[in-house]
Amino acid sequence: MTEPSNLATSAVGEARRHPDAVEARTRRSPGKAWGLWVARRLGLAVLTLWLVSVIVFWATSALGDPVRAILGKDFAVSPARVQLIRDALHLDKPLVERYFIWLGDLLSGNLGTSVTSNLPVAELIGDRVVNSAFLVLVVALVMIPLTLVLALLSARRPGGVLDNVIQGITLALAGVPEFVTGILLVALFSTSVFHLLPAVAVLPPGSAPWDRPASLILPMATLVISVTPYLVRILRSNLLESLGSDYVELARLKGIPERRVLLRHALPNTLVPAIQVTALQLAWLVGGVVLIEYLFNYPGIGATLVDAVRNSDFPVVQALAMIIAGVYVLVNLVADILSILLTPRARTGMAA
Amino acid sequence: MNLRSLLRDPKILIGGLLTVLIIALAVFGPFVAPHGEYEIVGRPYTNEGSFLGTDYIGQDVWSRVLYGGRSVLVIALLATLLGVAIGVLLGVLAAYVGGWLDEIVMRLNDVLLAFPQILIALLVLSSVDQPTWWMIVLIVGISHAPRVARMARGVALTYVTRDFVTAAEAIGEPRWRILLAELGPNLVVPLLAEAGLRLTYSIGMVAGIGFLGFATDPGAADWGQMTNENRLALLVQPWGVLAPVIIIALFTIGTNLIADGLGERAAKGAA
Repeated sequence: MTEPSNLATSAVGEARRHPDAVEARTRRSPGKAWGLWVARRLGLAVLTLWLVSVIVFWATSALGDPVRAILGKDFAVSPARVQLIRDALHLDKPLVERYFIWLGDLLSGNLGTSVTSNLPVAELIGDRVVNSAFLVLVVALVMIPLTLVLALLSARRPGGVLDNVIQGITLALAGVPEFVTGILLVALFSTSVFHLLPAVAVLPPGSAPWDRPASLILPMATLVISVTPYLVRILRSNLLESLGSDYVELARLKGIPERRVLLRHALPNTLVPAIQVTALQLAWLVGGVVLIEYLFNYPGIGATLVDAVRNSDFPVVQALAMIIAGVYVLVNLVADILSILLTPRARTGMAA
Repeated sequence: MNLRSLLRDPKILIGGLLTVLIIALAVFGPFVAPHGEYEIVGRPYTNEGSFLGTDYIGQDVWSRVLYGGRSVLVIALLATLLGVAIGVLLGVLAAYVGGWLDEIVMRLNDVLLAFPQILIALLVLSSVDQPTWWMIVLIVGISHAPRVARMARGVALTYVTRDFVTAAEAIGEPRWRILLAELGPNLVVPLLAEAGLRLTYSIGMVAGIGFLGFATDPGAADWGQMTNENRLALLVQPWGVLAPVIIIALFTIGTNLIADGLGERAAKGAA
């Protein structure tokens, strides 16, 4: 299960929705216009992050009594611990003040102290962040070439046997929730059918996931299977659109071999929408790892987040939520800037 | 657009059959279940009970599968309806009114889109002791809303500039009537496609929340929760996990096929 937007208006459309680019057309200096656009886009990202922090803080602080959630049944019996946690979370101060204390700490790099383990949050999640980033990186390294190959194979002969098979499989897989895919893979590859791969990524303390590549295969495969189908479908339909255009017709009339037409003429023109969709899928991955890490006991931010949510360990939940949303905002920012850089029309449009 | 012409599309036909089959299983299952929802029929994780064996406390897996669809189905359907309703309202209004309203709605949308859907769910779940079923409906529905709004705005924008809307405005029709009467029919197919897609994700999310162990009714039969309860025995008695997982897979394949078929029609209609 991935997070696509509808095809008609999709992320691809988003790439073309740059009102700033159109607006900038009236300005004179190209360098200045470009700088202004980047500055505006950066400002927007910072604004988004700030609103994200408001939502994260509000959702974890204002919906219920945090102390009651943290202590559960102990709430009634240990008033001393209640006061201890109230002090640690500044709960005697008003909500708005608490928010600014939290935001100030966050900005100065202080992520707070875990309520359940009393360890600094940064220390608690440091390794986990690295592990998750590693998993996402491995998935991306497999997903991008795989998508390219499948989409090109599919678009080479639209309606052919290979195209139909790829289309059928990707369509069937595109909607299946990632944890369902993961469980099915475990059942297939590490239980009765084939006893090949480890079902859980149990790591001895102190060792990193890259020391045990076998335990990475199933989580990686699950995420690749969850993300790739949608990407293949988008890239294929972009390729087909590109193949129907005038410049491709011209290239064909000039007698350029079809293979070259596909790789040199059609493919580069699908690059910008492809970057946008890939960025969305990468950002989705950061959320998608939550269920998959939990399933495979992979020591990353996802499994940590689920534990923290269960224990109502708010400082940990808030820090991880900010990291996940922050990655999304950052990935989108980079994708937008790349898209503008790679679209001559948009780039020179600013200068004209 | 009539049903017969829709069913001629093999995607919609197969997807429809799968979906109807699973919905029938969820709705009528409890009437034909060989054992009760909470009935202990044997020792845990054995092949006692009916053909799928027993679960983590010795309940009959097949009967639990038959009982466990209603909650997932009802919560996913309501969440989808809520998400589509809020999203369409905001998206169409933003597109039609335009200006500052459009700007504000779409900026807030961008902020909400920075949260993966499961993260929204987890944030809310962290501050409650015990989630209720309507809480899950709200969380899943609201997490859909910005995504639907973006799509609805996009579709509505392509129509807002067309002559028939301008004509309706020129003869002095009130705005809400233009929205309802002129834009409405043109949004039906794309909206149904979007709703199908959202239903697919709702099922995944609702089951996923159960899989993570956040139970609205601990102990009750529920396809999502069953995967969590029995997952430790995946290597010993896989059916406790595999049966609900296979059903969720078939269900989401079905709804996604319908959504894709409808989406193709929407694209043709717009062209």
